[in-house]
Amino acid sequence: MTKTITLAQGNGGEENNDLIKKVFYKAFKNEILERSEDAAVIGNLAMSTDSFTVSPLFFAGADIGKLAVCGTCNDLAMMGAAPKYLTCSVIIEEGFEVESLERIVESMRSELAINGAVVVSGDTKVVPKGSVDKIFINTTGLGEIIQAGISSNNVSEEDVILINRDIGCHGATIFAAREGIEMSSTLRSDCNSLYPQVKALLDAGVEITAMRDATRGGVAAVLNEWSRQSNVCIEVDEEKLPISDEVKGICEMLGFEATALANEGTFVLAVKKDSAAKALEILKGFEVCAMASVVGEVTQRYPQKVILKSPWGTSRFLETPSGELLPRIC
Amino acid sequence: MSSLELKDLYDGFRDPEVIRGYQKLIVSDAQKLSRTINIMEVCGGHTHTIMKYGILQLLPETIKFVHGPGCPVCIMPKERIDHAYVLSQQPNVILVTLGDMIKVPGSNGSLQDARAKGADVRFVYSPLDCLKIARENPDKTVIFFAIGFETTTPMTAALLDTVIKEDILNILFHLNHVTVPEPMRALISDEACIIDAFLGPSHVSVISGSKIYEEFPRDWGKPVVVSGFEPVDVMQSISMIVKQFIENRCELEVEYHRAVSREGNLKAQAMVDKYFQKVDFRWRGLGDIPQSGLGLREEYERYNAEKIYDAVLPKEEIDDHKLCICGDILKGKASPPQCTIFGTACKPTSPVGSCMVSSEGACAAYYKYGNLV
Repeated sequence: MTKTITLAQGNGGEENNDLIKKVFYKAFKNEILERSEDAAVIGNLAMSTDSFTVSPLFFAGADIGKLAVCGTCNDLAMMGAAPKYLTCSVIIEEGFEVESLERIVESMRSELAINGAVVVSGDTKVVPKGSVDKIFINTTGLGEIIQAGISSNNVSEEDVILINRDIGCHGATIFAAREGIEMSSTLRSDCNSLYPQVKALLDAGVEITAMRDATRGGVAAVLNEWSRQSNVCIEVDEEKLPISDEVKGICEMLGFEATALANEGTFVLAVKKDSAAKALEILKGFEVCAMASVVGEVTQRYPQKVILKSPWGTSRFLETPSGELLPRIC
Repeated sequence: MSSLELKDLYDGFRDPEVIRGYQKLIVSDAQKLSRTINIMEVCGGHTHTIMKYGILQLLPETIKFVHGPGCPVCIMPKERIDHAYVLSQQPNVILVTLGDMIKVPGSNGSLQDARAKGADVRFVYSPLDCLKIARENPDKTVIFFAIGFETTTPMTAALLDTVIKEDILNILFHLNHVTVPEPMRALISDEACIIDAFLGPSHVSVISGSKIYEEFPRDWGKPVVVSGFEPVDVMQSISMIVKQFIENRCELEVEYHRAVSREGNLKAQAMVDKYFQKVDFRWRGLGDIPQSGLGLREEYERYNAEKIYDAVLPKEEIDDHKLCICGDILKGKASPPQCTIFGTACKPTSPVGSCMVSSEGACAAYYKYGNLV
């Protein structure tokens, strides 16, 4: 590990995992933490925390407020829990506009309503100019587990892998906005609360083995985490990966892989084979999930690896993204 | 008629049926070959395509690839990376460069490390983005650490052109531009060279024309096919090379008709020629190659960061790590998995050798895609 922290260590990929393992897991080691789930499971409660920093604060499709509620609620939903109670801590830079703060909080309020959750405790700190970039938000959430046993450690050959919608929209939107890439496009962040989709799946009796929202590190990180945690091989058909033309275009121009781009309303599911058709039907009932797709299967071909199969019969490993996301040179 | 969309530029060039068609053709033609042929893809972009799309898995045993030196980040000698690092540490300097360059480790660390310690290091897509940075920071000096082959050089020249015309006083240049034909010539001059034919990078030829490769079939007996970067392009180009061998031809052919002409982009060439001149360049892994780089012409020396900061820039040449075999890999004498530190001490997250640094380097491409063949 490097002597000083670099941006790559916050990428949700390889360096990030390394930092967490060598510093935090080492110090905080306990059985619950070591399960490495999206949210900790304590009895029939799920608990998760997340801090949010994004530039720009307002972007196509959402803002940092919506993100802060979706992020934590989605982590709870991924454990089969209904989000119930959240805390909200903000660190605000001196000079930040109150009007912007109000806009952000209003976004949080409306997103909480979608999840059926409330903020029950909070904290506010203001720091001198330059100490933070405008505003940082932390939310911690408690949820009530409505379907027990969902775990990234249980994926097996009886499962198939699904993705609920087209991938990479959030990462592509933020990258384009941050770097001022101007293009006429309908590209918007996928930032969205996933609990309604999860609830619909569970209500319909879909047998879900695992769910994980593909945030930093993208779909590639989730699939790799599962293959390792469950000691299986996940084989993905490249042509079945749902990717919009806009995201494909940005990836082409900048040399990115859509599977490595961050999402904020996209999740990967492992469901029992018999449940796959029903799961797909339910997901497609949601407007944003028009491109939901069964993308792959679980095998023992190369345990702890993810294989991407091309439509012309070649295959390669899909690795956990590493390094900072950088555009190619020529 | 509907308008042209971005996807039109690649959709057809990844058609599974077409790729399989070329595979059949290549396999059947290759049966007529009397020996194995070694094709060098000069450009890192091609290495990336070959590995990402699994092209090697589609080819018969008798067609092998040698991965060439065409990755601008990979060929950068350590002392020049140190230049970038030192420049980023100077007071009131904003160091600007392209993509992967910020990841390459020098003697004191990478530009990413410099940034983590407080230096103002930025990456841009287009050198012209330096203009905005310079305008927004009138009290700072923006140093553009320019890298790349013929493809990126005209953009650096265009930046200098604007800087001069608009009399912008706070942009300087540290030039590390290199050209393709010189290292190709250096490689095939080596007696141990096993290269039989070249896949020429089309993006370079969009600027420089296909004419820059004419000497290779004519004077060196090595066929060249100028190829695009999509899997269909590469498969078609391989097929064209195989046909040359079975028909006993040795020619320069262009697969990438959609944008390459013999003469290339004359306006861009004139712009480059106006501001830059040929200089010697030390290539990481390959050593000194005469006249293989581009430097500022004397009349523009006042924009040369290398001159202005001469007193603080390190001069000593630094050799690669003892165990690193990047030089042999670039020459086609070895492949990445043959290196003892490949994937262990040397990984994309902690690269030792140049070829592991950029996603277009042969080792990085093998590490990322190549372990499943």
